Amino acid sequence: MSQVPADLRYAKSHEWVRNLPDGSVEIGITDHAQHALGDLVFVELPEVGRALEAGAACAVVESVKAASDVYSPVSGTVLAVNEALAGTPELINQECYGRGWMMRVQPAAGSAAELLGADAYTAELAAIGG
Amino acid sequence: MPFVPHTDADVREMLATIGVSDIDALFDEIPPELRIAGLDGIPVALSEMQIGRLMSERAQRDGRPLSFLGAGAYEHHIPSAVWAITTRGEFYSAYTPYQAEASQGTLQVIYEYQSMITSLTGLEVSNASLYDGGSAVAEAALMAVRAHRKSKSLRLLVPATVNPNYRRVAVSTAGNQGLQFDTVPYVAGTGCIDREALARHGGADYAALVIQQPNFFGQLEDVDALTDWAHAQGMFVIAVVNPTSLAILKPPAEWGTKGADICVGEGQPLGVPLSSGGPYFGFMTTRMEHVRSMPGRIVGRTVDLDGRPGFTLTLQAREQHIRRGKATSNICTNQGLLMTAATIYMTLLGPQGLARVAEESRARTRALVELATAVPGVRAAFTGPRFHEAVLRFDAPVATVLERMAVGGVLGGVALADDYPELGEALLVCATETKTDEDLRRYVEALRGALR
Repeated sequence: MSQVPADLRYAKSHEWVRNLPDGSVEIGITDHAQHALGDLVFVELPEVGRALEAGAACAVVESVKAASDVYSPVSGTVLAVNEALAGTPELINQECYGRGWMMRVQPAAGSAAELLGADAYTAELAAIGG
Repeated sequence: MPFVPHTDADVREMLATIGVSDIDALFDEIPPELRIAGLDGIPVALSEMQIGRLMSERAQRDGRPLSFLGAGAYEHHIPSAVWAITTRGEFYSAYTPYQAEASQGTLQVIYEYQSMITSLTGLEVSNASLYDGGSAVAEAALMAVRAHRKSKSLRLLVPATVNPNYRRVAVSTAGNQGLQFDTVPYVAGTGCIDREALARHGGADYAALVIQQPNFFGQLEDVDALTDWAHAQGMFVIAVVNPTSLAILKPPAEWGTKGADICVGEGQPLGVPLSSGGPYFGFMTTRMEHVRSMPGRIVGRTVDLDGRPGFTLTLQAREQHIRRGKATSNICTNQGLLMTAATIYMTLLGPQGLARVAEESRARTRALVELATAVPGVRAAFTGPRFHEAVLRFDAPVATVLERMAVGGVLGGVALADDYPELGEALLVCATETKTDEDLRRYVEALRGALR
């Protein structure tokens, strides 16, 4: 059973969003996603300052058996990326909701309307057999 | 015996299963006006014996002309051992096998090839080879656009001193993917990139500058200054090089302060015979930081569970069978046989042998130019250092000169009028280590005769 922390919001494409006190958000991929991908060997992150569009590819995660796009759950501007992932992509496998965070984004106003709560995402996972 | 995978009964059963009346019905979606009923002008099939006889008769008609052609394909001596070893059963396949790791010997050859090509170019990582020099330039252009994280530009600067065939292949391969190639003229006196014209592109958003060294005319570009200029503009540098020349010229990794970012070229000079334009092979190297944007297969060295060394395809997540539509390229194999020949050629010659080939070719061309320009009505088009090719200009029509020389069994060079009309009656000539003093004398005699 995948971990789905109650305090986060989720995209159907298996990214999570954490609201930070300063109004920015932290973004990563879910426990379900990291488990489905297997051991990660490479993470390609966007440039700081890049404008992201909700639902558009913003990063790539590569495992020994697959490479997959990560879709931005919000529209906004990249404030920071997790540089530690360059040398230790396995942080995503180990702590996808913690040290495996991927980027911090300043969201554009009203861009997070489509996201799911933990219960809705859990139901979504159940529906796809996750 | 013909290879027939399915019997008529098999075919009927498969068609019945999917509810289709005949095989033609499977192609219904192709509009009738695009389909042809028959191939006009194609004669009936010949047997192997008949075709062998026909081709050997035609080959005799060609004779054994003395060739001074270059322009991207070069006649070098190939030690007999190269193809004797390459055509051994263990190597004799055009492809990387599908269960690649089951063929450790094949993978080791590719690994050795990659090691030699990285050593020649100075860059950190090589793929397992591409189709030819032209397609390698096209792939490098696509890769530069993909790998450039600071620029989203689809435009590249491609000087007129880059092989016109490579430029055409790049346009036909990458043009429909939105890439745009802007040309830069050359200086009339030196045949090298016009730096003032180039500087006018400063400040514009380009993904890369392509630099061919030696350039299409055989002239040596100021690669250090060009590379530094491009990097100062935020552009990548794509080096297009002749592998033989790298035995005596500075490797692209050392161009300017930071070195070229991607290096490609035609691998034919390394042990592949001239053969009506191919098959040849392309090579490509880059910095490790760009490896995930690189097209083609890559072989890595690893250890198995017991700690024994072995070879494996690596970084496959770039490739079609994993990344599908977002793969770095539609190329998912390599020119296995020709790459094998090149590896054996480089092994037999070694760095010193390759340097001797390069030095001797340079010296032969210099001697040829001295002899040819002593003939009235013939002069060198450009000044400045060159490798093993040169452009000659004539007062007389080049087409006639070449025709008359060919009657005497001498292929006098490649006419440039189609691609460089501004040069007038111009000829690109090349003499490699295969040309003796006697051969050079024959060239000049044929030239004098043709101009008479």
